Amino acid sequence: MPFTLNRRQMLSLAAGSAALAAAGSQTATAAAIPTQARIVIIGAGAGGTALANRLVTRLKGAQITLMDPRVEHLYQPGLSLVAAGLKPADYVVSKTTDWLPDGVTLIAEAAAEIDPEAKFVATTSGQKVAYDFLVVAPGLVLDHDAIDGFDLNMVGENGIGALYAGPKYAAATWKAASKFAEEGGVGLFTRPATEMKCAGAPLKHTFLIEDITRDKGNRGKAEFHYAAPQGSLFGVPIVAEKVRMLFGDRDINAHMKHTLTAIEPGAKRAYMAGAEGSTIEMDYDYIHVIPPQRAPDVIRQSGLSWPDKWTNQGWVECDKGTLQHLRYDTIWALGDVAGVPKGKTAASVKWQVPVVEDGLISAISGRAPTEIYNGYTSCPMITRVGRAMLIEFDYNNNLVPSFPGVIAPLEELWISWLMKEVALKATYNAMLRGRA
Amino acid sequence: MKDMTFGTILAVFEEIFGTGMFWSMVAAALIVTLAYLYVLMRDHSIAWRKFLLAQLSMPVGAVLGVWFVLLMTNSSLNDLGGPVDIIVFLAIAAAGAIGMAILVYTIQSLIRPAAKDRGAQ
Ligand SMILES: Cc1cc2nc3c(=O)[nH]c(=O)nc-3n(C[C@H](O)[C@H](O)[C@H](O)COP(=O)(O)OP(=O)(O)OC[C@H]3O[C@@H](n4cnc5c(N)ncnc54)[C@H](O)[C@@H]3O)c2cc1C
Repeated sequence: MPFTLNRRQMLSLAAGSAALAAAGSQTATAAAIPTQARIVIIGAGAGGTALANRLVTRLKGAQITLMDPRVEHLYQPGLSLVAAGLKPADYVVSKTTDWLPDGVTLIAEAAAEIDPEAKFVATTSGQKVAYDFLVVAPGLVLDHDAIDGFDLNMVGENGIGALYAGPKYAAATWKAASKFAEEGGVGLFTRPATEMKCAGAPLKHTFLIEDITRDKGNRGKAEFHYAAPQGSLFGVPIVAEKVRMLFGDRDINAHMKHTLTAIEPGAKRAYMAGAEGSTIEMDYDYIHVIPPQRAPDVIRQSGLSWPDKWTNQGWVECDKGTLQHLRYDTIWALGDVAGVPKGKTAASVKWQVPVVEDGLISAISGRAPTEIYNGYTSCPMITRVGRAMLIEFDYNNNLVPSFPGVIAPLEELWISWLMKEVALKATYNAMLRGRA
Repeated sequence: MKDMTFGTILAVFEEIFGTGMFWSMVAAALIVTLAYLYVLMRDHSIAWRKFLLAQLSMPVGAVLGVWFVLLMTNSSLNDLGGPVDIIVFLAIAAAGAIGMAILVYTIQSLIRPAAKDRGAQ
């Protein structure tokens, strides 16, 4: 076959590939804006870290301070995999400082007080840090004490799981869950009445343990019960319907309007508040506890919360499109702490970061912001080991698939599983570095 | 996904494999491709005997490609759930097959240049 290339053609081909590689490795950066602004970011988790990495390239001379007492950075979406024995506990753990750019200051302390009038934040040791602009991104707190009779020390023993509490507890959860998958009995999977991060996670855990029990050949000896305070299985109606059908196929019993209030670990009995004040007792051999979730105390005590919404949870009062505080225009909320109707996922953080970045830069350079957050929330809903549904939606409960016509959101797919297992952590890390 | 630019995709791949590993893999692929183009250029034609062996190696490459993906993930062939899964599966197999064919052809040509090959005929 007369397929020939001369030397020049070959060289230009090689040069072309090299140029392509170089173009990709540096993201287009507009000229950095000079400023003396003092920016304080509370929380160096998913949101705070990603934002800091982007701000250092957008601004020149800004004084950026992050506050976070936590030494470890946690890739929380990995906890579901740890609690199903698919990844080791250290899969989710890195160091907070691993991700922070040069040129920012990290104060390894918690914010203990925010004064939005005098514009300063005080740390637990009493250090006062003045700001021109403040971003609150401290995530949320898990209120385990709200479940009577439950204590984190119990996780892993006597059929008790609680994977939200961190890598150690997620691994202990697997210990209890795998015993149940071997021995069978009654599995009881719960979720709280409050807003929560990754509302798909309680379902994922249920599906995964059901699949593993089936895989071990013990499905016949196990019963699966899913108990939730809400009236439907998921906040987005079309997804709720799909989950209802999957529950039917997989013989998982749904108990709606059931709020876990207490457990009796010795007797392996759970107490649920039902509709109209009734108390329902449910016996279990394995129970998965996800506690109520609230904004950290510092937010609630500083008067940044909504006064009339989520009053028992304290999420930050902010505009749902710009995430700017409604009463203090130098404050933005980012991530789980934001008082917006959807969006407590890392995927949402990825969409919120450019919005807060645009809001801050606009305020600094005196122009109107243009970026708006549409409520984008995503949750690769694992339905079995090896399959998931790539569910993405917005404030209006519309499905907003990233790959329309290619990856069907309501279909259980291997490719969606590959995304969760292979691409999600990588995308998360790239986001932390401000590159995604 | 928001802003799925080429830069984002590269960043994600760097995170999957580690920056060093990823760029070494890119470099390896580039070197094999360049070596392939080099032997084509040098020999001024495709050597069909070598091409035959390369073709025979394709199924091995396909199986290796799929095996690698399954090895790296907690999944099995039973998990293929919809048409897109079949397409992804075939794409992985095709990539493995083509990569293998290019590799085998190039190695043969480098070891046994065209002149010798022709001499043997
Ligand atoms: C089990 C589980 C599964 C999940 N699965 C998914 C998923 O599949 N997909 C997905 O997109 N998301 C998922 N998420 C959600 C995702 O992890 C969170 O939405 C995301 O981490 C939120 O980012 P954030 O920055 O708001 O909070 P975080 O990442 O939690 O960071 C908050 C930081 O603030 C610090 N902090 C707290 N209080 C203070 C204070 N007073 N002062 C200073 N610092 C403070 C904390 O130490 C922490 O480092 C999951 C979460 C869990 C728990």
